Amino acid sequence: MARVIVPVGPQHPALKEPVNFRIIAEGETIVGLELDVSYNHRGIEKAAEQRDFTRVVPLLERICGICSHSHGTAFVKGIEEIMAIAVPPRAEYIRTIIAELERIHSHLLWLGVAAHEIGWNTLFMWTWRDREAVQDILEEISGNRVNYGMNIVGGVRRDITPELNKAALDRLPALEAQIAGYVELLKKQETVLLRFQGVGRLTREQALTYGTVGPTARSSGVEYDIRRDDPYCAYAEVPWDVVTDTHGDVYGKTIVRIGELRESVRIVRYCLEHLPEGDITVKAPRNAPTGHALSRYEAPRGELSHYIRTNGTDKADRLDVRTPTLANWTSVAASLVNQNLADIPVIIAAIDPCLSCTSRLTVLNPQRTSSTEMTWEDLRRRARELNRERERC
Amino acid sequence: MDPLLLVLYILLFPGILFLLVYALFLEYVDRKILARMQNRVGPPLLQPLADLVKMLGKEVIDPRGVDRGAFDAAPLLAFASVVTAFLYIPVVGTSPLSFEGDLVLVLYLLTIPTVILFLMGWLSRNVYSTVGGVRAVTQLFIYEVPFFLALLLPAMMAGSWNISTIVQWQQGHLWFAVLQPIGFVIAIIGLQAKLERTPFDIPEAETEIVAGPWTELTGRRLAVLHLAMDISLVVGSGLVAALFLGGPLLPWDLGNAWLNGVAGFLLFLVKTLAILLVLVTFKAATGRIRIDQLNDIGWKYIAGAALIQAAGVLILSAWWVST
Repeated sequence: MARVIVPVGPQHPALKEPVNFRIIAEGETIVGLELDVSYNHRGIEKAAEQRDFTRVVPLLERICGICSHSHGTAFVKGIEEIMAIAVPPRAEYIRTIIAELERIHSHLLWLGVAAHEIGWNTLFMWTWRDREAVQDILEEISGNRVNYGMNIVGGVRRDITPELNKAALDRLPALEAQIAGYVELLKKQETVLLRFQGVGRLTREQALTYGTVGPTARSSGVEYDIRRDDPYCAYAEVPWDVVTDTHGDVYGKTIVRIGELRESVRIVRYCLEHLPEGDITVKAPRNAPTGHALSRYEAPRGELSHYIRTNGTDKADRLDVRTPTLANWTSVAASLVNQNLADIPVIIAAIDPCLSCTSRLTVLNPQRTSSTEMTWEDLRRRARELNRERERC
Repeated sequence: MDPLLLVLYILLFPGILFLLVYALFLEYVDRKILARMQNRVGPPLLQPLADLVKMLGKEVIDPRGVDRGAFDAAPLLAFASVVTAFLYIPVVGTSPLSFEGDLVLVLYLLTIPTVILFLMGWLSRNVYSTVGGVRAVTQLFIYEVPFFLALLLPAMMAGSWNISTIVQWQQGHLWFAVLQPIGFVIAIIGLQAKLERTPFDIPEAETEIVAGPWTELTGRRLAVLHLAMDISLVVGSGLVAALFLGGPLLPWDLGNAWLNGVAGFLLFLVKTLAILLVLVTFKAATGRIRIDQLNDIGWKYIAGAALIQAAGVLILSAWWVST
């Protein structure tokens, strides 16, 4: 059958955010993929350099709507490292609780989206209903359903009072029961097995070659989790396990995410029950000394890293954000080849892409009439020019 | 039948007017039950009507390079064929228009909407529509054979190609759902596939190909084709109810023609709603399968089961004749 180019995006019902795929298909089989991911450059990194450390945290929380706490924590963690201040244990525990609650609601959301991609809207409606329980806990603790605003350099802004603690603990058993229900459901549901098993398979070697992170890597048997390998917050003190799987397909990614849901509930319960007494914040200096830090964080989608460089003022000199989706993108192109046209949405959704967070670079001509691509050589030339400019002034 | 009464039968009740009302009502029931199963509120009673009126009033957009005449005519043809098919479905007692062979006519008329969808796919000049149209016709070849086989088996046993005669045969004997359980299940599955409902909504898979053949349809074209699909639901469930569940005839006589008619009509409503309930549960409980998987399942299992049922019917009929 003749080759057809199926355009997907930047506007398409399967996509919640703008991205463009040009899928080259032979009949219903995919033979190639061209990607254009940068449609929504927001200039957040540059904006972050204009704000002091107190005002930059709320901005960074808005990089992503789902993992807002991840970006805030990754940044303050890096700044605290440069300032060499120790955060009180109670604040570390509260950060951990929020981070894991965020992971639960992100994974539940993903489960619904994956079901929607294969046309099973019932599961989509159900997981989004159960996600409300997590949203309620987060709202009680922080006052917000998203963009919790909990972080500040030196600690957290809100305490978890005993009443809040009890209310949150009371909501956990019901949530746990629902998650257990989903585990059973997904083992048996015939259409899910048909559409998830063996679809978009990524071998362990491929997962390592393409540098995948998070559940995408763990489902291919790569045991890599920043929470264990480079512990931050309270993870070193909490008993929990890294969830891995060897399937490597969409089904494996589902198993890993569901396993992580259970682990997250376990972590939240432990942290709530063992919340240390004491302050929730320490006084942080206004300016950070000259230095740099690479802050790594296990966001729901995988390893998130913030590279921060400071120059002795109260603002970051340079902030570079590498979101997990960017690390996982190339693996999608590899796992799509030789798959069925009908499997595109679910394979793309399997890495849980967060597209607008990923857009870091955009090239426009001065008339703003077209955007072009930059090659590796272009990027190096641009970097040399910038360095020369910096040295001159 | 009195010619005037016949005209009333075709135009008012249980003809076109009733059909339109009942089709919209069934769409409401379909959406409402599905919504409740999914923990949603669901639409109000008149929402399908409001949607229809709204879509009829919307602008009609012609995609570039499209044959307008054919694009306008195709949905009307689909609408006309399913409405015609309905006239042979027994709603109150038997249909006055019935003739020997109307079962074949109804089956063919029910196939036309799918062929129209394929045609829309090609006419649209849109890659999503084309892929959707090809999928629609591929799917047709998969489910149509076992579906036809399952629906023709009652005719074989009753010894008539007339839907009304098959219904009357069941009045004296057992329901075909009891005599041919496998055929009944296949008929339900085939109906689900014919109406392109999950797990067989492959031709209009929203997350893959936008809306398949429906993508370029706007305004009254969309409204008419949508209505035709709603009517297909009524015709399909009415047909299965007639062939397998004894249709609108009571096994005993109530002594009064009017009373019999009313009871038969209520039976028709109850049976079609029961079939719809099964279809909705099926829809809520499954995701969409792929066309290659459907090909495997359809030819390996569904067609195989239909053949087994056919063999069973032949043996049973032979035994029936010999005793």
